[in-house]
Amino acid sequence: MSVRSDYTLHHPRWLRVRVSTYWWLRRGSYLAFILREFSSVFVAWFVVYLLLVVRAVTQGPVSYDELLRWSATPIVLVVNLVTLLFVVYHAVTWFNLAPQAMVVKVGATRVPGFLIALSNYAAWVVVSAALAWLLVS
Amino acid sequence: MARQTIEPLLWIMFSAGGVLAALFLPILVLLFGVAYPFGWVAPPAHDRLLSLIAHPLTRLGVFAFCLLSLIHGAHRLRYTLYDGLQIKHLNEVINAMCYGGAIATSIWGAYLLWNVASP
Amino acid sequence: MADRITLRVARYRPEIESAATWQDYEVPCPKDWVILDGLNYVKDRIDGTLSYRWSCRMGICGSCGMTVNGEPRLTCATFLRDYAPGPVRVEPLRNFPVIRDLVVEIGDFMRKLAKVKPWIIRAVEKPLSEGEYRQTPDELQDYKQFSMCINCMLCYAACPIYGLDPKFIGPAAIALAQRYNLDTRDEGSSARLEVLSEHEGIWGCTFVGECTRVCPKNVDPAGAIQRYKLQAALESVKSFFMPRGAA
Repeated sequence: MSVRSDYTLHHPRWLRVRVSTYWWLRRGSYLAFILREFSSVFVAWFVVYLLLVVRAVTQGPVSYDELLRWSATPIVLVVNLVTLLFVVYHAVTWFNLAPQAMVVKVGATRVPGFLIALSNYAAWVVVSAALAWLLVS
Repeated sequence: MARQTIEPLLWIMFSAGGVLAALFLPILVLLFGVAYPFGWVAPPAHDRLLSLIAHPLTRLGVFAFCLLSLIHGAHRLRYTLYDGLQIKHLNEVINAMCYGGAIATSIWGAYLLWNVASP
Repeated sequence: MADRITLRVARYRPEIESAATWQDYEVPCPKDWVILDGLNYVKDRIDGTLSYRWSCRMGICGSCGMTVNGEPRLTCATFLRDYAPGPVRVEPLRNFPVIRDLVVEIGDFMRKLAKVKPWIIRAVEKPLSEGEYRQTPDELQDYKQFSMCINCMLCYAACPIYGLDPKFIGPAAIALAQRYNLDTRDEGSSARLEVLSEHEGIWGCTFVGECTRVCPKNVDPAGAIQRYKLQAALESVKSFFMPRGAA
Protein backbone atom coordinates (compact mmCIF):
# COMPACT_ATOMS: atom_id res chain seq x y z
CA MET A 1 0.00 0.00 0.00
CA SER A 2 1.90 3.07 -1.19
CA VAL A 3 1.44 6.49 0.36
CA ARG A 4 1.64 9.60 -1.77
CA SER A 5 3.37 12.48 -0.11
CA ASP A 6 0.93 15.15 -1.33
CA TYR A 7 -2.59 15.47 -0.06
CA THR A 8 -5.38 14.22 -2.27
CA LEU A 9 -9.07 14.19 -1.50
CA HIS A 10 -9.39 10.42 -1.47
CA HIS A 11 -6.01 9.51 0.01
CA PRO A 12 -4.94 11.99 2.68
CA ARG A 13 -1.36 12.39 3.78
CA TRP A 14 -0.85 10.30 6.91
CA LEU A 15 1.02 11.80 9.83
CA ARG A 16 3.92 9.62 10.94
CA VAL A 17 5.66 10.77 14.09
CA ARG A 18 9.28 9.66 14.24
CA VAL A 19 10.31 7.99 17.50
CA SER A 20 12.78 10.18 19.37
CA THR A 21 16.24 8.84 20.24
CA TYR A 22 15.30 9.62 23.84
CA TRP A 23 12.04 7.63 23.78
CA TRP A 24 13.29 5.69 26.79
CA LEU A 25 13.39 8.82 28.93
CA ARG A 26 9.73 9.58 28.35
CA ARG A 27 8.27 7.01 30.74
CA GLY A 28 9.53 5.61 34.04
CA SER A 29 8.77 2.08 32.88
CA TYR A 30 10.81 2.56 29.69
CA LEU A 31 13.76 3.90 31.69
CA ALA A 32 13.54 0.95 34.11
CA PHE A 33 13.58 -1.36 31.10
CA ILE A 34 16.63 0.25 29.50
CA LEU A 35 18.51 0.21 32.82
CA ARG A 36 17.69 -3.46 33.17
CA GLU A 37 19.06 -4.10 29.69
CA PHE A 38 22.10 -1.96 30.40
CA SER A 39 23.00 -4.24 33.31
CA SER A 40 24.34 -6.53 30.56
CA VAL A 41 27.43 -4.31 30.33
CA PHE A 42 28.17 -4.81 34.03
CA VAL A 43 27.58 -8.57 33.79
CA ALA A 44 30.20 -8.72 31.05
CA TRP A 45 32.60 -6.49 33.03
CA PHE A 46 32.48 -8.68 36.09
CA VAL A 47 33.04 -11.87 34.13
CA VAL A 48 36.22 -10.20 32.87
CA TYR A 49 37.09 -9.24 36.45
CA LEU A 50 36.59 -12.82 37.64
CA LEU A 51 38.88 -14.05 34.86
CA LEU A 52 41.47 -11.50 36.06
CA VAL A 53 41.15 -13.06 39.51
CA VAL A 54 41.72 -16.51 38.00
CA ARG A 55 44.79 -15.23 36.18
CA ALA A 56 46.17 -13.59 39.34
CA VAL A 57 45.63 -16.77 41.36
CA THR A 58 47.44 -18.83 38.72
CA GLN A 59 50.40 -16.43 38.71
CA GLY A 60 50.94 -16.80 42.44
CA PRO A 61 50.30 -15.20 45.86
CA VAL A 62 52.06 -11.93 44.96
CA SER A 63 49.86 -11.37 41.90
CA TYR A 64 46.80 -12.33 43.91
CA ASP A 65 47.64 -9.75 46.58
CA GLU A 66 48.26 -7.15 43.91
CA LEU A 67 44.85 -7.81 42.40
CA LEU A 68 43.16 -7.52 45.78
CA ARG A 69 44.92 -4.20 46.32
CA TRP A 70 43.94 -3.03 42.82
CA SER A 71 40.33 -3.88 43.60
CA ALA A 72 40.49 -1.45 46.52
CA THR A 73 41.60 1.52 44.40
CA PRO A 74 38.88 4.21 44.11
CA ILE A 75 38.00 3.81 40.42
CA VAL A 76 37.75 0.01 40.52
CA LEU A 77 35.83 0.19 43.78
CA VAL A 78 33.28 2.64 42.38
CA VAL A 79 32.89 0.60 39.19
CA ASN A 80 32.31 -2.56 41.22
CA LEU A 81 29.86 -0.82 43.55
CA VAL A 82 27.84 0.27 40.54
CA THR A 83 28.24 -3.27 39.18
CA LEU A 84 26.76 -4.65 42.38
CA LEU A 85 23.70 -2.42 42.03
CA PHE A 86 23.19 -3.44 38.43
CA VAL A 87 23.66 -7.20 38.92
CA VAL A 88 21.25 -7.16 41.86
CA TYR A 89 18.80 -5.23 39.68
CA HIS A 90 19.27 -7.83 36.96
CA ALA A 91 18.67 -10.68 39.41
CA VAL A 92 15.57 -9.13 40.97
CA THR A 93 13.96 -8.25 37.63
CA TRP A 94 14.84 -11.67 36.23
CA PHE A 95 13.28 -13.59 39.14
CA ASN A 96 10.21 -11.34 39.18
CA LEU A 97 9.61 -11.96 35.48
CA ALA A 98 10.12 -15.73 35.73
CA PRO A 99 6.46 -16.50 36.60
CA GLN A 100 5.32 -14.59 33.52
CA ALA A 101 7.72 -16.48 31.32
CA MET A 102 6.84 -19.97 32.39
CA VAL A 103 3.77 -21.98 33.19
CA VAL A 104 4.45 -24.77 35.66
CA LYS A 105 1.72 -27.28 36.26
CA VAL A 106 1.43 -29.88 38.98
CA GLY A 107 -0.99 -32.36 37.47
CA ALA A 108 -3.72 -30.11 36.13
CA THR A 109 -3.29 -27.18 38.50
CA ARG A 110 -1.14 -24.26 37.65
CA VAL A 111 1.48 -23.31 40.20
CA PRO A 112 0.74 -19.70 41.31
CA GLY A 113 3.18 -17.10 40.04
CA PHE A 114 4.49 -15.96 43.38
CA LEU A 115 5.60 -19.51 44.23
CA ILE A 116 7.68 -19.65 41.07
CA ALA A 117 9.29 -16.34 41.96
CA LEU A 118 9.78 -17.49 45.54
CA SER A 119 11.56 -20.67 44.49
CA ASN A 120 13.87 -18.61 42.29
CA TYR A 121 14.69 -16.36 45.22
CA ALA A 122 15.22 -19.42 47.42
CA ALA A 123 17.69 -20.83 44.89
CA TRP A 124 19.43 -17.44 44.90
CA VAL A 125 19.81 -17.54 48.67
CA VAL A 126 21.12 -21.12 48.63
CA VAL A 127 23.67 -20.43 45.89
CA SER A 128 24.83 -17.21 47.56
CA ALA A 129 25.17 -18.89 50.94
CA ALA A 130 27.13 -21.78 49.44
CA LEU A 131 29.53 -19.47 47.60
CA ALA A 132 29.95 -17.24 50.64
CA TRP A 133 30.75 -20.27 52.77
CA LEU A 134 33.36 -21.39 50.25
CA LEU A 135 34.95 -18.00 49.73
CA VAL A 136 35.00 -16.41 53.16
CA SER A 137 37.91 -17.63 55.22
CA MET B 1 17.76 -21.65 7.39
CA ALA B 2 20.93 -20.89 9.35
CA ARG B 3 19.69 -17.35 9.93
CA GLN B 4 16.44 -18.70 11.30
CA THR B 5 18.10 -21.15 13.67
CA ILE B 6 20.74 -18.86 15.09
CA GLU B 7 18.28 -16.49 16.80
CA PRO B 8 16.57 -19.22 18.85
CA LEU B 9 19.95 -20.69 19.77
CA LEU B 10 21.23 -17.29 20.88
CA TRP B 11 18.07 -16.78 22.91
CA ILE B 12 18.52 -20.13 24.69
CA MET B 13 22.10 -19.19 25.58
CA PHE B 14 20.95 -15.72 26.61
CA SER B 15 18.35 -17.22 28.95
CA ALA B 16 20.76 -19.74 30.46
CA GLY B 17 23.35 -17.02 30.93
CA GLY B 18 20.74 -14.80 32.53
CA VAL B 19 19.80 -17.41 35.09
CA LEU B 20 23.44 -18.13 35.93
CA ALA B 21 24.33 -14.45 36.13
CA ALA B 22 21.32 -13.76 38.35
CA LEU B 23 22.13 -16.61 40.73
CA PHE B 24 25.92 -16.36 40.93
CA LEU B 25 27.00 -12.81 40.19
CA PRO B 26 25.47 -10.81 43.05
CA ILE B 27 27.32 -12.70 45.79
CA LEU B 28 30.54 -12.76 43.75
CA VAL B 29 30.37 -9.00 43.13
CA LEU B 30 29.52 -8.42 46.78
CA LEU B 31 32.54 -10.42 47.93
CA PHE B 32 35.22 -9.68 45.33
CA GLY B 33 34.06 -6.21 44.37
CA VAL B 34 32.98 -4.72 47.66
CA ALA B 35 33.45 -6.82 50.81
CA TYR B 36 37.10 -7.81 50.33
CA PRO B 37 38.32 -4.31 49.25
CA PHE B 38 36.45 -2.68 52.12
CA GLY B 39 37.81 -5.29 54.50
CA TRP B 40 34.38 -6.37 55.75
CA VAL B 41 35.44 -10.00 55.44
CA ALA B 42 38.80 -11.55 54.79
CA PRO B 43 39.39 -12.87 51.28
CA PRO B 44 40.38 -16.51 50.95
CA ALA B 45 44.08 -17.24 51.20
CA HIS B 46 45.86 -17.73 47.88
CA ASP B 47 46.37 -21.47 48.17
CA ARG B 48 42.78 -22.03 49.33
CA LEU B 49 41.40 -20.20 46.31
CA LEU B 50 43.81 -22.02 44.02
CA SER B 51 42.73 -25.39 45.37
CA LEU B 52 39.05 -24.35 45.00
CA ILE B 53 39.32 -23.61 41.31
CA ALA B 54 41.94 -26.21 40.41
CA HIS B 55 39.52 -29.12 40.04
CA PRO B 56 38.85 -29.75 36.32
CA LEU B 57 35.09 -29.92 36.84
CA THR B 58 35.13 -26.59 38.70
CA ARG B 59 37.12 -25.02 35.88
CA LEU B 60 34.69 -26.44 33.34
CA GLY B 61 31.81 -25.02 35.35
CA VAL B 62 33.48 -21.63 35.62
CA PHE B 63 34.10 -21.65 31.86
CA ALA B 64 30.46 -22.50 31.12
CA PHE B 65 29.34 -19.76 33.50
CA CYS B 66 31.63 -17.22 31.83
CA LEU B 67 30.65 -18.22 28.29
CA LEU B 68 26.91 -18.12 28.96
CA SER B 69 27.04 -14.91 31.00
CA LEU B 70 29.07 -13.22 28.27
CA ILE B 71 26.62 -14.36 25.58
CA HIS B 72 23.80 -13.12 27.80
CA GLY B 73 25.46 -9.72 28.09
CA ALA B 74 26.30 -9.56 24.39
CA HIS B 75 22.77 -10.49 23.29
CA ARG B 76 21.16 -7.95 25.59
CA LEU B 77 23.63 -5.21 24.67
CA ARG B 78 22.99 -5.84 20.99
CA TYR B 79 19.25 -5.25 21.42
CA THR B 80 19.84 -2.26 23.69
CA LEU B 81 21.94 -0.68 20.94
CA TYR B 82 19.28 -1.51 18.34
CA ASP B 83 16.42 -0.07 20.38
CA GLY B 84 18.04 2.41 22.73
CA LEU B 85 20.19 4.19 20.18
CA GLN B 86 18.20 3.17 17.10
CA ILE B 87 21.30 2.12 15.19
CA LYS B 88 19.82 -1.05 13.79
CA HIS B 89 21.20 -0.23 10.37
CA LEU B 90 24.65 -0.90 11.81
CA ASN B 91 23.54 -4.36 12.86
CA GLU B 92 26.40 -6.23 11.18
CA VAL B 93 28.96 -4.19 13.11
CA ILE B 94 26.99 -4.45 16.36
CA ASN B 95 26.58 -8.22 16.05
CA ALA B 96 30.26 -8.69 15.29
CA MET B 97 31.35 -6.53 18.21
CA CYS B 98 28.94 -7.99 20.75
CA TYR B 99 29.10 -11.69 19.99
CA GLY B 100 32.66 -11.47 18.76
CA GLY B 101 33.68 -9.80 21.99
CA ALA B 102 31.88 -12.47 24.01
CA ILE B 103 33.52 -15.32 22.09
CA ALA B 104 36.97 -13.71 22.26
CA THR B 105 36.68 -13.15 26.00
CA SER B 106 35.49 -16.74 26.45
CA ILE B 107 38.48 -18.04 24.52
CA TRP B 108 40.77 -15.96 26.74
CA GLY B 109 38.92 -17.37 29.76
CA ALA B 110 39.34 -20.92 28.48
CA TYR B 111 43.07 -20.30 28.08
CA LEU B 112 43.35 -18.89 31.61
CA LEU B 113 41.35 -21.71 33.14
CA TRP B 114 43.33 -24.34 31.24
CA ASN B 115 46.51 -22.95 32.78
CA VAL B 116 45.30 -22.96 36.37
CA ALA B 117 46.71 -26.35 37.24
CA SER B 118 50.10 -25.52 35.72
CA PRO B 119 51.10 -21.91 36.43
CA MET C 1 -15.17 18.67 42.49
CA ALA C 2 -15.26 20.79 39.35
CA ASP C 3 -18.24 20.29 37.09
CA ARG C 4 -16.33 21.06 33.90
CA ILE C 5 -13.03 19.90 32.52
CA THR C 6 -10.88 20.85 29.54
CA LEU C 7 -10.07 18.26 26.89
CA ARG C 8 -6.87 19.16 25.05
CA VAL C 9 -7.36 17.26 21.83
CA ALA C 10 -4.79 16.66 19.10
CA ARG C 11 -6.12 17.75 15.73
CA TYR C 12 -4.64 16.78 12.41
CA ARG C 13 -6.39 17.93 9.26
CA PRO C 14 -4.14 17.00 6.35
CA GLU C 15 -5.94 19.38 4.01
CA ILE C 16 -4.84 22.41 6.01
CA GLU C 17 -1.81 21.36 8.08
CA SER C 18 1.20 19.07 7.95
CA ALA C 19 1.63 18.56 11.70
CA ALA C 20 -0.68 17.98 14.65
CA THR C 21 -2.08 20.92 16.60
CA TRP C 22 -3.88 21.15 19.94
CA GLN C 23 -7.42 22.31 20.38
CA ASP C 24 -9.04 22.84 23.79
CA TYR C 25 -12.67 22.02 24.49
CA GLU C 26 -14.45 22.55 27.79
CA VAL C 27 -16.89 19.75 28.55
CA PRO C 28 -19.07 18.86 31.54
CA CYS C 29 -17.57 16.47 34.03
CA PRO C 30 -20.31 14.43 35.73
CA LYS C 31 -18.88 11.72 37.91
CA ASP C 32 -19.90 8.88 35.62
CA TRP C 33 -18.59 10.34 32.37
CA VAL C 34 -15.70 8.79 30.52
CA ILE C 35 -13.36 10.46 28.02
CA LEU C 36 -15.52 9.11 25.20
CA ASP C 37 -18.57 10.89 26.64
CA GLY C 38 -16.53 14.09 26.61
CA LEU C 39 -15.53 13.55 22.96
CA ASN C 40 -19.12 12.79 21.98
CA TYR C 41 -20.21 16.00 23.72
CA VAL C 42 -17.63 17.91 21.68
CA LYS C 43 -18.76 16.29 18.45
CA ASP C 44 -22.47 16.82 19.17
CA ARG C 45 -22.42 20.33 20.56
CA ILE C 46 -19.11 22.12 20.06
CA ASP C 47 -17.18 20.96 17.02
CA GLY C 48 -18.67 18.47 14.61
CA THR C 49 -15.45 18.24 12.62
CA LEU C 50 -13.63 16.22 15.30
CA SER C 51 -12.95 12.71 13.96
CA TYR C 52 -12.47 9.60 16.12
CA ARG C 53 -13.51 5.95 16.26
CA TRP C 54 -15.84 4.41 18.83
CA SER C 55 -18.59 1.84 18.96
CA CYS C 56 -19.75 -0.25 21.90
CA ARG C 57 -18.69 2.21 24.63
CA MET C 58 -18.36 -0.71 27.03
CA GLY C 59 -14.83 -2.05 26.51
CA ILE C 60 -15.45 -4.97 24.17
CA CYS C 61 -15.17 -3.70 20.60
CA GLY C 62 -11.66 -2.29 20.86
CA SER C 63 -12.40 0.76 18.67
CA CYS C 64 -11.87 3.70 21.03
CA GLY C 65 -8.19 3.30 21.96
CA MET C 66 -6.38 6.64 22.25
CA THR C 67 -3.48 8.19 24.13
CA VAL C 68 -4.78 9.90 27.28
CA ASN C 69 -2.18 11.99 29.14
CA GLY C 70 0.54 9.98 27.42
CA GLU C 71 -0.92 6.59 28.28
CA PRO C 72 -2.69 4.23 25.85
CA ARG C 73 -6.23 3.75 27.14
CA LEU C 74 -9.72 2.78 26.05
CA THR C 75 -11.55 6.10 26.18
CA CYS C 76 -14.79 4.33 27.07
CA ALA C 77 -13.14 2.90 30.17
CA THR C 78 -11.31 5.99 31.40
CA PHE C 79 -13.19 8.31 33.73
CA LEU C 80 -12.94 12.07 33.32
CA ARG C 81 -13.12 12.60 37.08
CA ASP C 82 -9.77 10.79 37.48
CA TYR C 83 -8.12 13.62 35.56
CA ALA C 84 -9.77 16.54 37.35
CA PRO C 85 -9.03 19.44 37.37
CA GLY C 86 -7.51 18.75 33.93
CA PRO C 87 -6.71 19.59 31.21
CA VAL C 88 -6.73 16.06 29.80
CA ARG C 89 -4.55 15.49 26.75
CA VAL C 90 -6.25 13.25 24.20
CA GLU C 91 -4.10 12.15 21.27
CA PRO C 92 -4.32 9.37 18.70
CA LEU C 93 -2.82 5.97 19.53
CA ARG C 94 0.98 6.08 19.29
CA ASN C 95 3.08 4.12 16.82
CA PHE C 96 0.44 4.22 14.09
CA PRO C 97 0.18 6.69 11.19
CA VAL C 98 -2.54 9.26 11.82
CA ILE C 99 -5.15 9.60 9.10
CA ARG C 100 -7.04 12.47 10.72
CA ASP C 101 -7.44 13.89 14.24
CA LEU C 102 -7.71 10.84 16.51
CA VAL C 103 -8.12 8.25 13.74
CA VAL C 104 -5.11 6.00 13.06
CA GLU C 105 -4.28 3.68 10.19
CA ILE C 106 -4.76 0.09 11.34
CA GLY C 107 -4.05 -1.81 8.11
CA ASP C 108 -0.65 -3.01 9.31
CA PHE C 109 -2.18 -4.45 12.47
CA MET C 110 -4.97 -6.19 10.56
CA ARG C 111 -2.52 -7.79 8.15
CA LYS C 112 -0.36 -9.03 10.99
CA LEU C 113 -3.31 -10.70 12.70
CA ALA C 114 -4.06 -12.61 9.50
CA LYS C 115 -0.40 -13.59 9.08
CA VAL C 116 -0.43 -15.86 12.13
CA LYS C 117 -3.24 -18.00 10.69
CA PRO C 118 -5.74 -17.36 13.48
CA TRP C 119 -8.01 -20.35 12.88
CA ILE C 120 -8.06 -24.00 13.86
CA ILE C 121 -5.69 -25.87 11.58
CA ARG C 122 -6.12 -29.61 11.39
CA ALA C 123 -4.59 -32.17 9.04
CA VAL C 124 -7.93 -33.96 8.83
CA GLU C 125 -11.27 -32.54 9.91
CA LYS C 126 -13.50 -34.85 11.88
CA PRO C 127 -16.69 -35.67 9.93
CA LEU C 128 -19.84 -34.17 11.38
CA SER C 129 -21.23 -37.61 12.14
CA GLU C 130 -18.46 -38.16 14.69
CA GLY C 131 -19.70 -35.27 16.77
CA GLU C 132 -18.01 -32.25 18.33
CA TYR C 133 -14.41 -31.83 19.45
CA ARG C 134 -14.36 -32.22 23.22
CA GLN C 135 -12.29 -30.12 25.53
CA THR C 136 -12.00 -30.25 29.32
CA PRO C 137 -12.24 -27.05 31.39
CA ASP C 138 -8.49 -27.39 32.12
CA GLU C 139 -7.72 -27.54 28.41
CA LEU C 140 -9.83 -24.43 27.93
CA GLN C 141 -7.93 -22.64 30.69
CA ASP C 142 -4.65 -23.23 28.85
CA TYR C 143 -5.56 -20.76 26.12
CA LYS C 144 -8.62 -18.89 27.39
CA GLN C 145 -6.69 -15.85 28.58
CA PHE C 146 -5.26 -15.31 25.09
CA SER C 147 -8.71 -15.54 23.52
CA MET C 148 -9.87 -12.46 25.44
CA CYS C 149 -8.08 -10.01 23.13
CA ILE C 150 -10.40 -7.33 21.73
CA ASN C 151 -7.89 -6.10 19.13
CA CYS C 152 -7.79 -2.63 20.65
CA MET C 153 -4.08 -2.12 19.74
CA LEU C 154 -3.19 -0.50 23.06
CA CYS C 155 -0.34 -3.04 23.31
CA TYR C 156 1.07 -1.90 19.96
CA ALA C 157 0.87 1.70 21.10
CA ALA C 158 2.74 0.82 24.29
CA CYS C 159 5.37 -1.40 22.71
CA PRO C 160 8.61 0.56 22.12
CA ILE C 161 9.91 -2.19 19.81
CA TYR C 162 6.93 -1.77 17.48
CA GLY C 163 7.40 1.97 17.58
CA LEU C 164 11.01 1.60 16.52
CA ASP C 165 10.48 -1.15 13.95
CA PRO C 166 7.01 -1.34 12.39
CA LYS C 167 7.98 -4.66 10.84
CA PHE C 168 7.78 -6.26 14.30
CA ILE C 169 4.80 -8.56 14.31
CA GLY C 170 3.70 -7.31 17.72
CA PRO C 171 2.11 -8.51 20.98
CA ALA C 172 -1.50 -9.10 19.98
CA ALA C 173 -0.57 -11.15 16.90
CA ILE C 174 1.71 -13.43 18.91
CA ALA C 175 -0.84 -13.81 21.71
CA LEU C 176 -3.41 -14.68 19.06
CA ALA C 177 -1.06 -17.32 17.62
CA GLN C 178 -0.65 -18.77 21.09
CA ARG C 179 -4.43 -18.86 21.54
CA TYR C 180 -4.51 -21.35 18.68
CA ASN C 181 -1.23 -23.14 19.41
CA LEU C 182 -2.42 -23.98 22.91
CA ASP C 183 -5.89 -25.04 21.78
CA THR C 184 -6.09 -28.83 21.90
CA ARG C 185 -8.25 -28.87 18.79
CA ASP C 186 -5.48 -27.21 16.76
CA GLU C 187 -2.64 -28.97 14.96
CA GLY C 188 -1.12 -25.92 13.32
CA SER C 189 1.87 -25.02 15.53
CA SER C 190 4.43 -25.75 12.84
CA ALA C 191 2.44 -23.80 10.26
CA ARG C 192 2.61 -20.72 12.50
CA LEU C 193 6.21 -21.31 13.56
CA GLU C 194 7.70 -20.07 10.31
CA VAL C 195 5.93 -16.71 10.53
CA LEU C 196 6.73 -16.25 14.20
CA SER C 197 10.38 -17.34 13.92
CA GLU C 198 11.30 -14.55 11.56
CA HIS C 199 13.56 -11.94 13.01
CA GLU C 200 10.64 -9.55 13.19
CA GLY C 201 8.58 -12.24 14.83
CA ILE C 202 9.02 -13.21 18.44
CA TRP C 203 12.79 -12.66 18.44
CA GLY C 204 12.36 -8.92 18.13
CA CYS C 205 10.68 -8.85 21.51
CA THR C 206 12.89 -7.95 24.46
CA PHE C 207 10.26 -8.47 27.15
CA VAL C 208 9.71 -4.82 27.99
CA GLY C 209 6.35 -5.84 29.42
CA GLU C 210 4.50 -2.63 28.59
CA CYS C 211 1.99 -4.50 26.45
CA THR C 212 0.77 -6.54 29.41
CA ARG C 213 0.63 -3.46 31.61
CA VAL C 214 -1.74 -1.56 29.31
CA CYS C 215 -3.93 -4.47 28.18
CA PRO C 216 -7.52 -3.78 29.29
CA LYS C 217 -8.44 -7.46 29.14
CA ASN C 218 -5.49 -8.98 31.06
CA VAL C 219 -4.43 -11.03 28.07
CA ASP C 220 -0.76 -10.83 29.13
CA PRO C 221 0.75 -10.85 25.64
CA ALA C 222 4.26 -10.51 27.13
CA GLY C 223 3.76 -13.79 28.96
CA ALA C 224 2.46 -15.43 25.79
CA ILE C 225 5.54 -14.32 23.88
CA GLN C 226 8.07 -15.43 26.49
CA ARG C 227 6.45 -18.84 26.87
CA TYR C 228 6.36 -19.26 23.15
CA LYS C 229 10.05 -18.35 22.80
CA LEU C 230 11.23 -21.46 24.61
CA GLN C 231 8.86 -23.68 22.66
CA ALA C 232 9.86 -22.12 19.34
CA ALA C 233 13.58 -22.20 20.19
CA LEU C 234 13.53 -25.89 20.99
CA GLU C 235 11.44 -26.57 17.89
CA SER C 236 13.80 -24.61 15.62
CA VAL C 237 16.93 -26.23 16.99
CA LYS C 238 15.35 -29.68 16.82
CA SER C 239 14.28 -29.25 13.22
CA PHE C 240 17.76 -28.08 12.30
CA PHE C 241 19.37 -31.21 13.65
CA MET C 242 16.62 -33.59 12.60
CA PRO C 243 14.96 -32.21 9.48
CA ARG C 244 11.69 -33.94 8.82
CA GLY C 245 11.35 -34.26 5.05
CA ALA C 246 9.24 -31.54 3.49
CA ALA C 247 8.41 -28.71 5.92
